[in-house]
Amino acid sequence: MIGPLNLLSSERAAEPASADGYADHPRRMGFFTDTSVCIGCKACEVACKEWNHVPEDGLNFTAMSYDNTEGLGADTWRHVKFIEQRKPLGRQEPGLLHELASPISFNGQVGQVAPAAPKLAALPQASPDGSPFIDFRWLMASDVCKHCTDAACLDVCPTGALFRTEFGTVVVQEDVCNGCGYCVPACPFGVLDQREGDGRIWKCTLCYDRISYGEEPACAKACPTNSIQFGELDELRERARGRLAQLHEGGVRDAQLYLDGKEDGIGGAGAFFLLLDEPEVYGLPPDPVVTTRDLPRMWKLVGAAAGALFATAVSSFVRAGK
Amino acid sequence: MNQTEVTKEGLKHERPEREATTGVVAGRKQRRDTMVPPAKFQSYYGKPVINKPVWASPDIPGYLFLGGLAGASSLLGAGGQLTKRRGLARVSKAAAAAAGGLSLVALVHDLGRPARFLNMLRVFKVTSPMSVGSWLLSAYVPAAGLAALSEMTGAVPLLGTAASCGAAVLGPAVASYTAALISNTAVPAWHEGHKTMPFVFVASGASAAGGLAMAAAPLAESGPARRLGLAGGAVELALTKAMEHQMHPAVRKSYHEGKAKWLIRAAEALTAAGILGGFAAGRRSRLGAGISGACLVAGSACTRFGIFWAGEASALDPQATLTPQRERFEEKISFEKGAEVEELRG
Ligand code: SF4
Ligand code: SF4
Repeated sequence: MIGPLNLLSSERAAEPASADGYADHPRRMGFFTDTSVCIGCKACEVACKEWNHVPEDGLNFTAMSYDNTEGLGADTWRHVKFIEQRKPLGRQEPGLLHELASPISFNGQVGQVAPAAPKLAALPQASPDGSPFIDFRWLMASDVCKHCTDAACLDVCPTGALFRTEFGTVVVQEDVCNGCGYCVPACPFGVLDQREGDGRIWKCTLCYDRISYGEEPACAKACPTNSIQFGELDELRERARGRLAQLHEGGVRDAQLYLDGKEDGIGGAGAFFLLLDEPEVYGLPPDPVVTTRDLPRMWKLVGAAAGALFATAVSSFVRAGK
Repeated sequence: MNQTEVTKEGLKHERPEREATTGVVAGRKQRRDTMVPPAKFQSYYGKPVINKPVWASPDIPGYLFLGGLAGASSLLGAGGQLTKRRGLARVSKAAAAAAGGLSLVALVHDLGRPARFLNMLRVFKVTSPMSVGSWLLSAYVPAAGLAALSEMTGAVPLLGTAASCGAAVLGPAVASYTAALISNTAVPAWHEGHKTMPFVFVASGASAAGGLAMAAAPLAESGPARRLGLAGGAVELALTKAMEHQMHPAVRKSYHEGKAKWLIRAAEALTAAGILGGFAAGRRSRLGAGISGACLVAGSACTRFGIFWAGEASALDPQATLTPQRERFEEKISFEKGAEVEELRG
């Protein structure tokens, strides 16, 4: 089995499984994570751990809002991020502003309860122009392996433990991985890591077992708001474009799709996202490029360097030979 | 709760709740002023974007160093034999065999599952420098070992010569492929150096091998070793600097902070001392050759450890990953915009 150097083509992006040798395979499956409806419940994290027997990895107080799992790794395959921002909510006003629409003083009819406005004054009113809107929003996003078309982890794995499934996803075979760790710094998203006391590498399998039986992955199944959507990638991409247009129309102009294309540095992702701010805010790289894209050039330079060393050594004998 | 049915044919009974936009039903006033320009440095609580290498020190930086020392020593070994410098051949072949063997040990020791080392030879993948390197080493280490054994004992001279030549051909590849190994990652301080790293690595290997032979081989025979070592050292010094300067400032930073800073500085001082000493006293004085040779070897090791730790630091620093990408991204966008304007005009 000889791994080919990356063949970058849109065909490959659409169905990496065919490019990687599957003659007959299902459509490429993936995730669309719409963070605009995420409520940060972490059902996905829990469902993933339960289904995949992922061990507990510390319930830490991190001082990072409600995030206590910190990042993707060997024992966190879905990671819910929490971002607290002094930014307006877009159209999603929380409805806490009593002078505009108070449920209590509504028409003066609901009991005789005194308006709670004084309390509200203590809430952050950071809008610099003095507008009465509360500038605070809470972003939540469930991160996961992107199941890249041009997957660095898969390219660099020397044992072939990482492989492409017929669904176009990227999975580690735990009985082959020897824990060389090459895939860990190769992934541009920091997805994989070595499990302590085990030595091998673990990551999201996009529930290879479940989807092989026509079930959706555990996280998508458990997500109460459908923030995590599973399906055929083409269909998901279309759905995501519709959702983006809807949000833009609604005034949520920060909304953007992340990794939804086929032309990016990873040849298109199998798991993409709708974000409400720049990717950096979510700890996601804005322009990830698969490292092996530069590898052909690296090999050439390695060859040139080896040649230079050989020539220098020979000449050091020739010149000293007198 | 998600009652959409997923089948191999696609989704069935898709539910509409996911289309909800908060506030629409309540008919709240729409605001149009919600675009906030992105702050300069954003990240997720300062957390790294990529996961840092699990490779440990001294295993992996040691492996980089030993690979360079071994590969270049094989050249001196074969050259020594062919030009009848027996002392030089002896020293260099022994060094190549020992360093090559040790580097393999370091590599296996660093695996999460050392017992599964042989899985490395399950496949051959050009996309994985570690795969290429494993195959390379599995040919090189026995060759270097046989060459040394035959040189020491005088046994199987023909086979020994063949092995020496084989090791000398593979040696430069062993010394240089490790540059592709580490720069073929998402680690900014390694990846951004990928154009110069192979040359830094072979120069550093030449410096180490030359230095070692200069220190240990008879003075009368160590001329080639001295030339190789001094040339290697000089190129190593110059190219390490050049490599840093090719990097984005946010990435270069990791070479000038923490452990990496001290190691790179030590490397510079040691290599410079080795070069000067080699020029001044390497030819005549036994002691001078010994000390300056040792300086070159130590300088080479410091370079490798410095590069290793710079990589680790850059992996932990989200801005080393994010800033160059953001700038690249902005450029792309403005380029696309420019193209659009051109189109409209044309
Ligand atoms: S996100 Fe990382 S781990 Fe997932 S497929 Fe891409 S490179 Fe591999
Ligand atoms: S650690 Fe395992 S999965 Fe990762 S590259 Fe090495 S062998 Fe492959």
